[in-house]
Amino acid sequence: MHPVVKTVLERLGLGLATLFFVSIIIFSAIEMLPGDFGQAILGQAALPETVAAFRQELGLDKPAYIRYFDWALGAIQGDLGTSFSGRNASGADRSAEVVDKIAPRLWNTLFLASMAALIAVPLSLILGILTALYHNSFFDRSVNTATLTTISFPEFFVAYILILFFASLNQIFPSLANVDPDTNFGERIYRTALPAFTLTLVIVAHMMRMTRAAIINLLASPYIQMAKLSGASQTEIILKHALPNAWAPIATVIAFNLAYLVVGVVVVEVVFVYPGVGQLMVDAVRTRDIPVVQGCALIFAVTYILLNLIADIIGIVTNPRLLHPK
Amino acid sequence: MKNKKENSTLLQIKNLKIEGFSDERWHKIIKGVNLELKRGEVLGLIGESGAGKSTLGLAAMGYTQPGCRITGGQINFDGVDLTKRTDSEKRKYWGNRMTYVAQSAAASFNPAHRLINQTTESTIRAGLKKQNEAFDEARALYDALNLPNPETIGERYPHQVSGGQLQRIMTAMAMSPNPDLIVFDEPTTALDVTTQVEVLAAMRDIVKTYGTAAIYITHDLSVVAQMADRIKVLRYGEEVEEAMTRKMLKSPKEDYTKSLWSVRSIQKPEKKSKDIILEVKNVDAFYGSFHVLKNINIKLPLGRTVALVGESGSGKSTVARVITGLLEPKIGSVKFKNRELPPSLKGRTKDQLQKIQMIYQMADVAMNPKQTVYDIISRPASFFAGLTGANLRKRVIELLEQIDLDESFIDRYPSELSGGQKQRICIARALAANPEVVICDEVTSALDQIVQEGILKLLGRLQKDLNLSYIFITHDIATVKAISDEVVVMNEGEVVEQGLKSEIFSPPHPEYTELLLSSVPEMDPDWLTDLLKARNY
Repeated sequence: MHPVVKTVLERLGLGLATLFFVSIIIFSAIEMLPGDFGQAILGQAALPETVAAFRQELGLDKPAYIRYFDWALGAIQGDLGTSFSGRNASGADRSAEVVDKIAPRLWNTLFLASMAALIAVPLSLILGILTALYHNSFFDRSVNTATLTTISFPEFFVAYILILFFASLNQIFPSLANVDPDTNFGERIYRTALPAFTLTLVIVAHMMRMTRAAIINLLASPYIQMAKLSGASQTEIILKHALPNAWAPIATVIAFNLAYLVVGVVVVEVVFVYPGVGQLMVDAVRTRDIPVVQGCALIFAVTYILLNLIADIIGIVTNPRLLHPK
Repeated sequence: MKNKKENSTLLQIKNLKIEGFSDERWHKIIKGVNLELKRGEVLGLIGESGAGKSTLGLAAMGYTQPGCRITGGQINFDGVDLTKRTDSEKRKYWGNRMTYVAQSAAASFNPAHRLINQTTESTIRAGLKKQNEAFDEARALYDALNLPNPETIGERYPHQVSGGQLQRIMTAMAMSPNPDLIVFDEPTTALDVTTQVEVLAAMRDIVKTYGTAAIYITHDLSVVAQMADRIKVLRYGEEVEEAMTRKMLKSPKEDYTKSLWSVRSIQKPEKKSKDIILEVKNVDAFYGSFHVLKNINIKLPLGRTVALVGESGSGKSTVARVITGLLEPKIGSVKFKNRELPPSLKGRTKDQLQKIQMIYQMADVAMNPKQTVYDIISRPASFFAGLTGANLRKRVIELLEQIDLDESFIDRYPSELSGGQKQRICIARALAANPEVVICDEVTSALDQIVQEGILKLLGRLQKDLNLSYIFITHDIATVKAISDEVVVMNEGEVVEQGLKSEIFSPPHPEYTELLLSSVPEMDPDWLTDLLKARNY
């Protein structure tokens, strides 16, 4: 087996192991949440017998480890259980499958994340390469100052500033990003423009500065001097001689920021009233809808692990020592 | 081949001055040097570190390293003054009419690209040849440079070939555009002697065949003697003297030039000794599953020096690791004064640790840069001898005197010391423990010749005064001759031969010793030619 395939499989295995541990942590953490769902739904006045029956119906009376395995086995098959909400004291059951609750929200979140990523990743790579090419110039300093400024403000502040300029003073984009499954594609892009810009401003600095630093770091290598002495121009040196050796750190930072786009956007979602997973999770925590909270947390974990795995693999395949062993 | 007018001047440097920026100010690196090079001629530039030879070599291409500037003079290359050209104008010369071969080939190849692409990159960029044509010619060059599998070696990546091969491929890279001038910057310094012979021969051949002019930079006179028609000696950025190679070797005018030979002139009469202080017995050692040492037996006589000679990877430093307990042997043992030492460092008593001390090659990294000389030397003195306060200070000063430094050094930091002084401090640190055996691992390899001589003399004197026994690890035969009583030759984890210096250095030799000894360059311009003839190349 090619060593790269072996390493990738190893990383994949480690990723799965990580996921397993994370699922245990998610489950235990939620176990430790204060309050009781049955009590919360049925109210303080409910008789202890009613609460106990209700708990039995939801399977909350079983020992924790059995509930964990039920949940984990279900999750592997794509079944995250049934939401607790929609039930009430009168016994009516309009509860939905967790998967059905999460799916449209996840789609929205991924849509916004992809849009932000499609703007932010190329933008930061290009800015990173250009600032490395002209490092210590006026251009370099301006870009650094500008990106540092945008990252230094809290997200909601950036969001409100954008709303002020692009929605209130000049009515270019809508200030509310309310989409539903019937919204068509073009309309969707138009409505999510401001949240996507907000996210872009928040994540560009990190990726751009890492690209710049990784390239400049390599410019001191003897093989860069060698390339200069073989007549390569500065652009050629950066693109052909430095960049191919700089992908590993850049990919790691990009993965980190992309993961943030999926799991860390709740503030932006709230500001723009965007129906994403973040909001869903916050609502579910408030209502003690344990299966939904667990489902969201699991999806966030998968996102993190998957993106970091991809960054790892990029680091491996761009390293000729691993790709072409002796 | 290009149409080259024989004997016309290719490069003329006039009164060149270069400054470098460090410690918040500009320092003079090159202080008005003149240099002339005819077409097809090879000029050797020699001097110690800091002489400015690399700076001058790069300046010959019109290139200055970042943080350096040319402050005066001219660099006329084929009638064009390069000091007056912009970088983009000079790029038309670089990698086209002038090329560069760097010291560390391993670091100077881009790890991300295949060798043949790097070999032909500048040729194709300059539009001298089409890709197929350039590739074909590169393969022919690989063949001419005696590289194995010349047809396919170019498809490899830099990490997939050895250091000696990389250095030859870099020579092929420099030859690919068929330049007028090649600057060789210490191209064989990082290589083992047996590899060096092949690389030198290949470089010399190809430069002759193509009639390329070259500047050959080195600190090793015997190497430059094989390569250069003329030799220029530099010191502190100024020319000391220049002469034709044979004349320079036979009758150097300046004292400084003569002193460059000096280390080769130390000759220590060997002494036998019956008392064995340290013995390595039947040792086999592994790094993981890699068998580094195979049945090693070495005896160190009391008050004597045993030199451990071999090339990189021969296992000589691993022997030191086994003796000091840093690496546990799988089989065998180490005996000190006829008593077996515990195999690992953890098992040894303070007393056992104290008796065996080590000095390293890189004095720089063997000292904590945040500690003063006093901190560095006093630590073993207080740890092993339990000294404190005024007594400790007295002992540190005494140790400094033993290594020919005075009290004024006591509060300095390593960064304020020269290379030779740093190594002296490391010696003092080893002495502070009152050792009986000192292991010196390539302690003079990173030092200039004159400094080396001082360190070797110091070690010799300390041996006499303190009755120390040395294990001296080195790859340099001249050093072995200068310091040892007995010699152990190692190759691929095995002891090839062991005995008194006079026995090892006189024939008949086992095959490997013969190869090793005959590969050491001599101060004779015909040495390489004769050697190659003898070896039937």
